[in-house]
Amino acid sequence: MADLKTEFAGIRSPNPFWLASAPPTDKAYNVKRAFEAGWGGVVWKTLGEDPPVVNVSSRYGGLHHHGRKMIGFNNIELISDRPLAVNIAEIKAVKAAYPDRAVVVSLMVPCEEQSWRAILPIVEETGADGIELNFGCPHGMSERNMGAAVGQVPEYVEMVTRWCKQFTRMPVIVKLTPNVTDILMPARAALRGGADAVSLINTVQSIIGVDLDQMAPMPVVDGMGTHGGYCGPAVKPIALRMVGEIARDPGLAHLPISGMGGIETWRDAAEFLAMGASALQVCTAAMHYGFRIVQDMIDGLSAWMDEKGYQDIHALSGRAVRNYVPWNTLNLKFRTIAHIDQERCVGCGLCHIACEDTSHQAIAVGGVSGARRYDVIESECVGCNLCAHVCPVAECITMQPQPVDGHVTWREYEHSAERLAGCSVAHGV
Amino acid sequence: MLQQDIASGRLDHEELRSNFAQASPPLAPMQAVMESERCFYCHDAPCIQACPTSIDIPRFINAIGNGNPGGAARIILEANILGGSCARVCPTEILCEQKCVHNLLENGRPVRIGALQEYATDWQMAQGSQPFTRAEPTGRRVAVVGAGPAGLACAHRLALHGHDVSIFDSHGHPGGLNQYGVAAYKMADDFAAREVAFLLSIGGIVFEGGKSLGIDFTLDTLRQDYDAVFLAFGLGKSRSVGIEGEDLPGVMDALAFIEQIRTQVLSDIPVGRRVIVIGGGNTAVDAAVQARRLGADSVTLAYRRGPEQMSATLAEREWAQTNGVSVRFWSSPVKIMHEDGVLSAVAFDHTPLGQHDQAPRREVIPADMVLTAVGQLMDPGMVSAMHVTMRNGRIVVDDQYRTSLPGVYAGGDCTEGMDLTVAAVRDGRDAAQAIHAAFGQDRE
Repeated sequence: MADLKTEFAGIRSPNPFWLASAPPTDKAYNVKRAFEAGWGGVVWKTLGEDPPVVNVSSRYGGLHHHGRKMIGFNNIELISDRPLAVNIAEIKAVKAAYPDRAVVVSLMVPCEEQSWRAILPIVEETGADGIELNFGCPHGMSERNMGAAVGQVPEYVEMVTRWCKQFTRMPVIVKLTPNVTDILMPARAALRGGADAVSLINTVQSIIGVDLDQMAPMPVVDGMGTHGGYCGPAVKPIALRMVGEIARDPGLAHLPISGMGGIETWRDAAEFLAMGASALQVCTAAMHYGFRIVQDMIDGLSAWMDEKGYQDIHALSGRAVRNYVPWNTLNLKFRTIAHIDQERCVGCGLCHIACEDTSHQAIAVGGVSGARRYDVIESECVGCNLCAHVCPVAECITMQPQPVDGHVTWREYEHSAERLAGCSVAHGV
Repeated sequence: MLQQDIASGRLDHEELRSNFAQASPPLAPMQAVMESERCFYCHDAPCIQACPTSIDIPRFINAIGNGNPGGAARIILEANILGGSCARVCPTEILCEQKCVHNLLENGRPVRIGALQEYATDWQMAQGSQPFTRAEPTGRRVAVVGAGPAGLACAHRLALHGHDVSIFDSHGHPGGLNQYGVAAYKMADDFAAREVAFLLSIGGIVFEGGKSLGIDFTLDTLRQDYDAVFLAFGLGKSRSVGIEGEDLPGVMDALAFIEQIRTQVLSDIPVGRRVIVIGGGNTAVDAAVQARRLGADSVTLAYRRGPEQMSATLAEREWAQTNGVSVRFWSSPVKIMHEDGVLSAVAFDHTPLGQHDQAPRREVIPADMVLTAVGQLMDPGMVSAMHVTMRNGRIVVDDQYRTSLPGVYAGGDCTEGMDLTVAAVRDGRDAAQAIHAAFGQDRE
């Protein structure tokens, strides 16, 4: 069995699966259930200054697609609405009861040195393993100059991180908002401030849908809505990109990354690890299915790592980063073409109509005496993959890499005599 | 002396009510959405090609999934105004659902097209109005003979185009075989009558019930009084088995038996304790299952050939069997036997499976009642009332549904082709389009 033990910014946990700071980690009751189910750690739902915030009723919105519920999810909930002392007492008790699990406390207080100086010793006293600075929450709190309002200004990120490093011995994880143009800016600021690690992504600013009867964004609170934070499987591509961006940056290469954003299965987890994360956080999937989902995440990841020969998380983490390159580094000589397995084909014609209407007219309709048959016109196929994605049958359409004749990147090609002469390098033309 | 056991009221009221309620319950809204999401939305879909009325099935299923049942209904009804009854009676297992590509991925689990069609058309009917508006009246008048699916579909399409239509039928109510010739549990809760009312609400259609061609009116008078005539009176006469004893009391035409069930109080309908149904089509199955559901002790469906030749589909046959009907293949009826004039049994020549090289064995199955369902013929009265070209006992039409008589069109079971409700609807619809087009040419 692969070793899933994780050490992240000096924090140990039996596996890389932590619950993200969110409703599932708001109370001892939930966190104990999570630990019993097998979660390696939690980031406790964000604590703030007393008096606690007041939440609205109606807080979540779901994006459902063709029978799949909640492929995307958003919320307009704020940080913990329980008194600080209640949370602190519970954190202390939980950490004492589960010493082998990671207990990290998420924090958000006003952007004033005194506020941070005041709360950090209180948290430290709980025995928690570390803190995560919530610079990401994109709704509600940001209107009060906290959350994403801090995360979007690199100078503030650096300043607050520095205070925290100054006032506590605990490892400091800076949670980044994706609601920025360049994720490297706040990541570098965190590093400059002395952060031990970053975690990302927080939720994406969103309107999940519009209630067409009430004519208001959802979720609707007494006839009105506000934008929320988007998460769930649909944000995974955004998160993977941002994780990879930080992981491949030479200046940030040694900054540990806790990856999150739409992780629902062991495969998602493996992808985040491959893109440079060394620990993971999950929320929506647990809110959708309950804490038990961690069991197959652990089991599936472990089985896959055994199959691939990765002995531990360290061996896997970042393995895809070196292959994440700018477009101008891709080989223009490479060519892949679609292949339809006629034995598997059910004749739905979706590949044909997609290619015919919207791509390269490279799938011909054939077949005799009423039989439905679709064939790739290889000379027309540009290897775009559209047909393989629309095909409803597993492994029916596969993309087949062709023998590669040389290697030319755009950087090499851009000023080449070949290009200037007006002929195309690609596809051997 | 032999006592022939034929009686009504074998089951109590509650049992009869449940036995003749709709056999397959309709989809609930959530079920319909879930089922619609299984559809791949095939391009140039094979299910459309398999539908005689060419309903754009993936498009209507997509509309259901998108929460647009009215749009789904309009797509169906534009192609097939009797989409509601076709959803109930079509042998989808040999039409659209047979061609569903899901069969190739998960054998025997096509998208439930028929059930989804029923869902959409029921939704529309529950709105109390049809989604079509009649064009301005043209002043053209068309006579339709026969108020079954072909005649009704033709009348609706003609009315839609603004023509005035009179439908003549020997029955007192419109609907034809939908009303009188299909098992009650397929068209429960007065569905056929409600659908006809829905269809007729387009306006411009007058129903002339209780009037028979050749008796109450002639084709010549129709041709004089109307601008065009559409013949869609079906076949009308049941074929006889052609064996001794068919005139014995207790021997009955299966269609007449079904009509009784559709028109009379269930507890008043006599049924034998032991019933034999002779035939192998859907009418035979409808009669056999309904005999069981009226309380017959044993029902045997005897067919002279094997399962491959049987025109009732596998699904129909299994339906009969799960209803306790014993299906006997390779059983060719020889004679209906009696004791002192009282029906007692049917003798068959039976060829046991795997012994087709040997002489058949004589087999006698006791019975109180015999229902015959060996096909229909055109009523000779109808044939003599017309002077149109016939072939194989059916009216010959061209690709524009024109008979050999100018201005006279025909479709449905009285013409050649598949004897299916959905094929009749297509004939009626397309004949109406042909008539409408011919009117346009006259004007030019």
